[in-house]
Amino acid sequence: MTAVTTQPKPRKSLWARHKIFETHSIVLILGILIVVSIGGLIEIAPLFYLQSTIEKVSGMRPYTPLELAGRAIYVREGCYNCHSQMIRPLRDEVERYGHFSLAAESMYDKPFQWGSKRTGPDLARVGGKYSDEWQLRHLINPRSLVPQSIMPGYPFLAQTELRYADIATELRVNRASGVPYSDEMIANAESDLRTQTDPDSSTATAFAARYPKAEIRKFNGSAKEITEADALIAYLQVLGTLVDFKLYDNKANLR
Amino acid sequence: MAVTERTLTVGETAGAILCGAFALAAVIIAGLTHHAGYSFHMLVFAAAGAWGCFTIINRAFDGVGGIEPLEIDGKPNYNMAPVKFATVAAMFWGIAGFTVGLLIALQLAFPAFNLDLPWTNFGRMRPLHTSAVIFAFGGNVLLATSFYVVQKTSRARLAGNLSPWFVVLGYNLFIVIAGTGYLLGITQGKEYAEPEWYADLFLTIVWVTYLLVFLATLWRRKEPHIYVANWFYLGFIVTIAVLHLGNNAAIPVSILSPKSYIVWSGVQDAMFQWWYGHNAVGFFLTAGFLAIMYYFVPKRAERPVYSYRLSIVHFWSLIFLYIWAGPHHLHYTALPDWAQTLGMTFSIMLWMPSWGGMINGMLTLAGAWDKLRTDPVLRMMVVSLAFYGMSTFEGPLMSIKAVNSLSHYTDWTIGHVHSGALGWVGYISFGAIYCLVPWLWKKERLYSLKMVEWHFWVSTIGIVLYISAMWVSGIMQGLMWRAYTSLGFLEYSFVETTAAMHPYYVIRAMGGGLFLAGALIMAFNLWMTVRGHQRLEELQVGSPTIVPAE
Repeated sequence: MTAVTTQPKPRKSLWARHKIFETHSIVLILGILIVVSIGGLIEIAPLFYLQSTIEKVSGMRPYTPLELAGRAIYVREGCYNCHSQMIRPLRDEVERYGHFSLAAESMYDKPFQWGSKRTGPDLARVGGKYSDEWQLRHLINPRSLVPQSIMPGYPFLAQTELRYADIATELRVNRASGVPYSDEMIANAESDLRTQTDPDSSTATAFAARYPKAEIRKFNGSAKEITEADALIAYLQVLGTLVDFKLYDNKANLR
Repeated sequence: MAVTERTLTVGETAGAILCGAFALAAVIIAGLTHHAGYSFHMLVFAAAGAWGCFTIINRAFDGVGGIEPLEIDGKPNYNMAPVKFATVAAMFWGIAGFTVGLLIALQLAFPAFNLDLPWTNFGRMRPLHTSAVIFAFGGNVLLATSFYVVQKTSRARLAGNLSPWFVVLGYNLFIVIAGTGYLLGITQGKEYAEPEWYADLFLTIVWVTYLLVFLATLWRRKEPHIYVANWFYLGFIVTIAVLHLGNNAAIPVSILSPKSYIVWSGVQDAMFQWWYGHNAVGFFLTAGFLAIMYYFVPKRAERPVYSYRLSIVHFWSLIFLYIWAGPHHLHYTALPDWAQTLGMTFSIMLWMPSWGGMINGMLTLAGAWDKLRTDPVLRMMVVSLAFYGMSTFEGPLMSIKAVNSLSHYTDWTIGHVHSGALGWVGYISFGAIYCLVPWLWKKERLYSLKMVEWHFWVSTIGIVLYISAMWVSGIMQGLMWRAYTSLGFLEYSFVETTAAMHPYYVIRAMGGGLFLAGALIMAFNLWMTVRGHQRLEELQVGSPTIVPAE
């Protein structure tokens, strides 16, 4: 029998323990995945369940088919590269652009278009600020109205017929990820798109009931058919107009 | 030489079948869709698939390729052909991306450059510029260096026969699809994540293959420890995969339409976007390029990394803190305040690991500082670390809400990005490529170190012009927006601030032009190096005999 004397093992330093990451690639990958997940989870997950994230407002509705088609053109031309749609609660911005933007105002926006750069002015509340005629001329040649502007001209929009064969499917895809389009809206998507450019249409009343506050008129007055400029101007004219700030209770939404 | 046919390996058979099936599916979609741009993209996919299928089979007929020995005479039989391809691609896309950058800089100074056509307006060209420099130039630099470094530090041949080629060729095909898509108006409208759903899906397949090739090469390593540069490469590859999947979750309108809708909306989409966007900076443009620093700086300086323990702290703290910083892109927006505060707090903390890493790289030169005087390639890499230090100080500063209220939406952000992009990412990449080309093509040295000197000074002047112009214009515009008259009215209309930018936009374009000129000098120098020329230079500075690294 030999007496076993148990010597306490010298503690391994933390540095030596790091060896497991340096010698096992899978352990290293798992370590990386855990470490990079923490921040993202804590910052993103609560936004989906904290009630206060999106304010309770009245007036927000999904985009009309024509506005949605116009928004697609806004995205396609990369307008977000130079225009923000996010008014910050700072004195000069509120005076220049209007009430600061609410989260609720972009809750149906896929993708969001808050932007990151103001080479041109903010557009969050551009709706109703200028006439359709102004918007059209400005799109065709910005410098004809604002001589110092550096915006590109988009004359082709007013000459290109809008393609909207997929519009009902686009509404359905939006609904699949949370935009409250009704069956009726989806069924009437194509005709609603046409109706919005034709105030004399027999379906105008039904359309207006589906989409409260929607403007019904020929946005690109100079063209016979529905052009991309019609859709884009319809989208620009609705920006920031849906929430009625006379009724909005700021105190009820303190975050 | 007699041609000896050989049979296809199992992998080659699978590869040929997959390429063929992919080509067939793409042709069918191209025929059925009504979208001209989408149809064009599917034809590009089809051509690539058909070429892949043909090439795989043809190689077997010619008796080339196949299973290569892992070692020859006891030395690793490195697979450097994909590395060479990615190096050349990096140089090509770099020059293309800088040129588009110069063009859009000119568009801002002189709007006539927009030509008022759909394909050439700023809104479509700007994503082309950002994707070309970040993902095409930067991405190919990362592919080339990671495949080089993982082989050398593991003393093992790159895993896979066709898969490394699939990674580099597939990645560049993704770039072509993405870039032509922007010009055709195919975009999902999320900054730095513009490619549509089908390009995203294709990239996912390429990226998973990239991870597997990298890992499988690590598994072959002869060294017990995984070298620090490879931790950073792994961090970059794994995290970019997570970010890409999270931010691009989208539902296509149909398989026949290039368009999709993101499943997130509004405020949640904004948070996802900048979680992605800031970490594209943090993991693509930082972690990946820090891996380059950890290999190429010690190698070129012929000194070990300054501190092993610092590199451990650097690695874990950097990847942990970076992921939190996204909300600083959304200060004072409709994102809840608690998220903004978290983003700001972690952004400020991020200063520490950033500078820890910079110090680790800089002090690697301890005892070799004299080389800065004689070796312009090493100098380029050290100056890149200085720019890294500068922009990672400026970043936390700009993430403070009070500062951000001025800087946000202005050119200050553009200047900040470019001090990091041109100074840090650009210079560390140039340094790595100047090292790699003679090593890969087995040349004694570069064609001309004097030209590297010229490249260095021309582009440094370019960067200084660029960032100082953007500082002035950004801060000036921020101040003009919030200026009030003595009567309490806003002093300037928006367009007055636009007009005030003009001289700075001209200076910025000049800076960009100089940076591009530097890259052209570099391309010529590398071309002559590959051709095997050596310019007779009076004082052949640096290490006159740069032997291929063993």
